[in-house]
Amino acid sequence: MSKIIINRRGLLKAGAVGGLALSTPMHFIRGAYAADQSCNMPTGANVVFGFNVPQSGPYADEGADELRAYQLAVKHLNGEGDGGALKTFSSKALKGNGVLGKKVTFVTGDTQTKSDAARDAAKRMIEKEKAIMITGGSSSGVAVAVQSLCQDMGIIYMCALTHSNDTTGKDRKRYGFRHFFNAYMSGVALGPVLAEAYGKDRKAYHLTADYTWGWTQEESMKKSTEAQGWTTVNAVRTPLGAGDFSQYLTPVLNSGADVLILNHYGKDMVNSLTQAVQFGMRQKQVNGKNFEIVVPLFSELMAQGAGDAIKGIYGTANWDWKLDNAGTKAFVQSFGKEFGAPPSQAAQTAYAQAILYADACERAGTFFAPAVIKALEGFEFDGLGNGKTVYRAEDHQCFKDVLVVQGKEKPKDKYDLLEVKKIVPAKDVTYDSKPWGGDLGPYDAKTCG
Amino acid sequence: MDAIILQILNGLDKGGAYALIALGLTLVFGTLGVVNFAHGALFMLGAFCAVTFNKLLTLEKVTVDPTQMTAWGSPMEVKTPVVEAWLGEFGKVLVNYSVPVSIIVAIPVMLILGIIMERGLIRHFYKRPHADQILVTFGLAIVIQEIIKHFYGANPIPQAAPAAFAGTAQVGMLLGLGDAIPYPWWRLIYLFFSLAIIGLVFAFLQFTTYGMVVRAGMRDRETVGLLGIDIERRFTVVFGIAAVVAGMAGVMYTPILPPDYHMGMDFLVLSFVVVVVGGMGSLGGAVAAGFLLGILQSFASMNEIKSIIPGIDQIIIYLVAVVILLTMPRGLMGRKGVMED
Repeated sequence: MSKIIINRRGLLKAGAVGGLALSTPMHFIRGAYAADQSCNMPTGANVVFGFNVPQSGPYADEGADELRAYQLAVKHLNGEGDGGALKTFSSKALKGNGVLGKKVTFVTGDTQTKSDAARDAAKRMIEKEKAIMITGGSSSGVAVAVQSLCQDMGIIYMCALTHSNDTTGKDRKRYGFRHFFNAYMSGVALGPVLAEAYGKDRKAYHLTADYTWGWTQEESMKKSTEAQGWTTVNAVRTPLGAGDFSQYLTPVLNSGADVLILNHYGKDMVNSLTQAVQFGMRQKQVNGKNFEIVVPLFSELMAQGAGDAIKGIYGTANWDWKLDNAGTKAFVQSFGKEFGAPPSQAAQTAYAQAILYADACERAGTFFAPAVIKALEGFEFDGLGNGKTVYRAEDHQCFKDVLVVQGKEKPKDKYDLLEVKKIVPAKDVTYDSKPWGGDLGPYDAKTCG
Repeated sequence: MDAIILQILNGLDKGGAYALIALGLTLVFGTLGVVNFAHGALFMLGAFCAVTFNKLLTLEKVTVDPTQMTAWGSPMEVKTPVVEAWLGEFGKVLVNYSVPVSIIVAIPVMLILGIIMERGLIRHFYKRPHADQILVTFGLAIVIQEIIKHFYGANPIPQAAPAAFAGTAQVGMLLGLGDAIPYPWWRLIYLFFSLAIIGLVFAFLQFTTYGMVVRAGMRDRETVGLLGIDIERRFTVVFGIAAVVAGMAGVMYTPILPPDYHMGMDFLVLSFVVVVVGGMGSLGGAVAAGFLLGILQSFASMNEIKSIIPGIDQIIIYLVAVVILLTMPRGLMGRKGVMED
């Protein structure tokens, strides 16, 4: 039997070894805790979301609808209201008790549909109001600018209405995620439908808004229509906000083209389409065929602005409130009861983005940005209104069905202006992201620097 | 040839709008010496007179039909037009012609608004520097814009031209050039309308005693005052007339450009360039420069021109302004001594 002799030297040695042993796990825990800190992680009972939408400027109505959807999403996340599409969402991580037990509150910014103003508003929400994420926007220029800021500050940006290929193409960012579809998808979805409706022997004339979205939309439409056998007669860039497009429209009349493709959005689209119709283009015959006008990207609010001119015009949409699926019905019912009108596609993408971010935090079990990003990357879900959807890991683009829509000839009311003509499956609009260039960048957590 | 005629028509049409706005701006500047940045807002307010009149004519009685439900489970609202129900066929005609008829509404509304604007705010800035006038009128324009946005939203609100003028006129046929020059009837009407208004304003100033006094006041305000004429009161009326001209231009432009709260601002900067190119204080200069710049802008947008000088369509107006001001510092028809102190 051995004796344990405790002397002063032994006690010191044991103490040193014990201290080291005890401090070792603490060291790792402390280190791990330090590494799990990212910008604006909540410390109190609330977590702050930042909604950056156009509250003034030409897209203020779209921004107002996005804000309504965000407010509804916050209600549903906090367990208020009827739960909306949370009831149909395939992920069941959210429990209606906020996010990770913290009540969701929100702050808002006004993008004014200007990149500088949008960045300033986002910066203010991050630095002063401690927003843990930013979401919103109604323009690709704004989305690219805010996404870049968020990458630098280590804040996740869930884009709302941005359709340029560049957002998840050459300008993609690790901290940026897009639920909305893009110009390439519009082209791929629309090309075959146009060929079927108007024939394969067509000559197209493009009028294109002279900025990032317009360029990618024009390129995508050219590719898809030329693949169907169409030829491109001319592609003319028009200044943003031109107002009167008559000087760009009159050359179309005698160009030999029998289709006009308006790569315009918002007020430009309303004006150019209205004026094209005034110039008699819908009644015109060229090359023995009816002259046709195509607007690749539609929204309900734009259709309202264009009035009768939208009737019979083909385009694409990300979502429509009349879709027959459980997620759409749940969301429309909840939104309609709250605001007395059906949601726009801008509202739907905004709602989905807020829910998807919150769900990713729940699934990751933390607000730590790199972990939330990993939870979103490659995430497959259903039940938010667009059918089965995947957030592709390599470019942060959502892939889901794309709608080909047409302006209704006899709408029942101002919310019934578009008719869904075809639902193009997600697999048909999926593409290889590598040729698009761009680099997502690192996951590195930042401390709002 | 077809393309050139079409671009001339586009330019005249656009120039008509520029000239009408610039005419009002020049009237105000020439009489009151005020650089009125709220003048574009008056153009927009005129357009919204047409929108409001149309909304009144298409007011609907809303009843709830409990047998039909909306997608969100509320009883469906059934809307029936009120005016058409009251007035029958005449109501339909009135709705169809709501844009031109709304001029009758716009004239008194714009006159009153113009007088209120001048008496209530702008007269307090007569003796202040031009920078102060620009700041206050620019601020006023923003306030007016935001009020309109609050009540009508930011989205454009389409206004249809009367059905009889919704199609295109075969201008080529009239000129013996075949059917390759179709041009919208309403744009032609707008061109003739703007020429008529410009003619009326000139006739008023040239051939009436009131106009003569105003012109005298524009030349030498003090002497006219010494003759016992209340020139300030007359100038207030001139401000009202300028507001009416801008408002009528706005009303008639609504079928061409669906109005929104920002449309005045879109025209304002260009109209100021028109005034400067025409010559500060020169009514004839404003009109001439309006049409000239409208036509040049249209020609610069032609593909043949753009292929030689890319982007020229976006800078042509400013380029011409620079060239004219370098060669003719007072503008095309500027008066000596105006804004030269």
